Amino acid sequence: MSDEKAREELLSEFKKWADGVEQKLAKRPERKEKFLNTSGIPINRVYTPLDRNDAEYLSEIGLPGEYPYTRGVQPTMYRGRYWTMRQYAGFASAEESNKRYRFLLDQGQTGLSVAFDLPTQIGYDSDDEMAIGEVGKVGVAIDSLKDIETLFHKIPLDKVSTSMTINSPAAVLLAMYIAMAEKQGVQAEKLRGTIQNDILKEYSSRGTYIFPPKPSMRIITDIFSYCAEKVPMWNTISISGYHIREAGSTAVQEVAFTLANGIAYVDAALKAGLDVDTFGPRLSFFFNSHLDFFEEIAKYRAARKLWAKIMKERFNAKSPKSMMIRFHTQTAGCTLTLQQPKNNIVRVAFQAMSAVLGGTQSLHTNSMDEALCLPSEEAVQIALRSQQLIAYETGVTDTVDPLAGSYYVEALTREIFERAEEYINKIDDMGGAVPAIEQGYIQREIQDSAYKYQLDIEKEERIVVGLNRFQVEEEKPTNLLRVDPAVREAQIKRLKKLKSERDNEKVNKSLSDLKQVAQGDNNLMPYILDAVKAYASLGEICNVLREVFGEYQQVSTLGR
Amino acid sequence: MNTRKKIRVLAAKPGLDGHDRGVKVVASALMDAGMEVVYTGLRQTPTQIVESAIQEDVDVIAMSILSGAHDYLFPKVMELLKEKGVEDILVLGGGIIPDEDIPALKESGIAEIFGPGTTTAQIIDYIRDNV
Repeated sequence: MSDEKAREELLSEFKKWADGVEQKLAKRPERKEKFLNTSGIPINRVYTPLDRNDAEYLSEIGLPGEYPYTRGVQPTMYRGRYWTMRQYAGFASAEESNKRYRFLLDQGQTGLSVAFDLPTQIGYDSDDEMAIGEVGKVGVAIDSLKDIETLFHKIPLDKVSTSMTINSPAAVLLAMYIAMAEKQGVQAEKLRGTIQNDILKEYSSRGTYIFPPKPSMRIITDIFSYCAEKVPMWNTISISGYHIREAGSTAVQEVAFTLANGIAYVDAALKAGLDVDTFGPRLSFFFNSHLDFFEEIAKYRAARKLWAKIMKERFNAKSPKSMMIRFHTQTAGCTLTLQQPKNNIVRVAFQAMSAVLGGTQSLHTNSMDEALCLPSEEAVQIALRSQQLIAYETGVTDTVDPLAGSYYVEALTREIFERAEEYINKIDDMGGAVPAIEQGYIQREIQDSAYKYQLDIEKEERIVVGLNRFQVEEEKPTNLLRVDPAVREAQIKRLKKLKSERDNEKVNKSLSDLKQVAQGDNNLMPYILDAVKAYASLGEICNVLREVFGEYQQVSTLGR
Repeated sequence: MNTRKKIRVLAAKPGLDGHDRGVKVVASALMDAGMEVVYTGLRQTPTQIVESAIQEDVDVIAMSILSGAHDYLFPKVMELLKEKGVEDILVLGGGIIPDEDIPALKESGIAEIFGPGTTTAQIIDYIRDNV
């Protein structure tokens, strides 16, 4: 029997079946009239071979480790090696955070992920007026190379890879890491890790911007170019959908806006004269793992395929490594509930499972208490154990991309791919991600989705267990992990001491050299490295750049 | 007092926190409920918030912080309002605020704190009942 004939036969059987079901619906209706996922994609009652085109398997899906990488960027995936288990952590002082990192490494974590406090992320020293109330709160406070030396004390940098969530001042923190490693005796070319360095999503979703887009893009391409030569194993950027999703986007928007930002970075680097296959392989990505299990799995698969196509067809990349989207995943913080926090353990486990079934390269699992406060050691341990359970006990890691060929997953993958591509075309028409952000388009799209999501919860069209259904009376939680306000005082004292002990002439010289380079076109990185090594503070360095580059002013997107 | 002119609200993000999903959702809901909303945008100092509130002649200030800096920033706003002799603005707080912090915030003059899981309807009702 030919394929075509089999298809016809199935089609006619399917129609008969569908008619039969329709007739029964009058008596026994389904739970809802329409089933939609977060992206608004209608979900069919059932998927069959009719939803799949096997003739196009090789070009549309392909084999693992091969273009278009739908099934994964490695040929063996988790049969070779599990993903990196990397819990985002950091609070209070460098000493305290160093203790948490060593605890996590002792518990079997395989990579570090540094959370910085907001003053550090926005380039203010702890003694700045803008920093009052914020020092050490959402991450560790770093003022100078001295703090970074404390933060990584006794951590073997040649064995552990480190991810740093730092954007506007990414060049400064990377320089501190390089300088500190040098002191530990580890050369820059051996360093493995990631800086987030993704300013565009800061403008649209996360808020820790300093400089306007143009100089920000220059700093980023300077980093690409410097690292290609000196820190070749470093991931120079983590193009992040995570925060776009946390800000309220749908899964399709997450893919579209993230890859549109990616396109803007590649464009900027090409304009700066870099070769796509030199920096392309060091681009990494960061996605969110949200509630809708299959939508998320399809999202990762669609993102891999779409980025591969963009790099190959739009940018003429030749190296397969430039076409591979390697990504970190974090479970969705915005889905955690304050109510019945233990339910969050289960939510996180499902989200982590979808990230693994979607082929992530590294993973952070949220702690159950994060809707409330900083995670306790016990909560972090359960979160990490959830990853270890998936890896070592469930068996889902024994074959590559186990859900491929599912009629549903393949149909969803195709649908998300097409819808994300449509968005990217629209953003192209606006002149790319930078103008789209400057016009507030991306922000508006995200906030509209966030508002709709909230209204769906309030109308109980979306059920959140423990929040709008299955509620219970609860005791108020106590004994929360808190940051001692004395952290700021201690940090200020340390900074004062540093400023009195260092060679201030050297500091001033390095800062005035940096200013001059910032005014011209040369690569900023070597000059930032010099300033860092002279123990110039983060605030001092960022203030020099503020003077030259100015500061970004947010566009208003509220009001309709 | 629902019959008088429209209720005016200043939605504000004090401090360095960039999480504005919540404040924007609340602002949209208040607008849909017929209130006039002015949104400050990110990174406002307490001084800027108080100045905007006076300049915009608002009935309500609704502030949101998820970074943990509420213990300093919320009371600071109240202190500056008092310094300026402003006593007729209803001040609300939202975000990730531990229960054990709420008494001190209310002591400083914040009328109510809305945590995760609050519906926009609850906030709208609270404002209508208290302005």
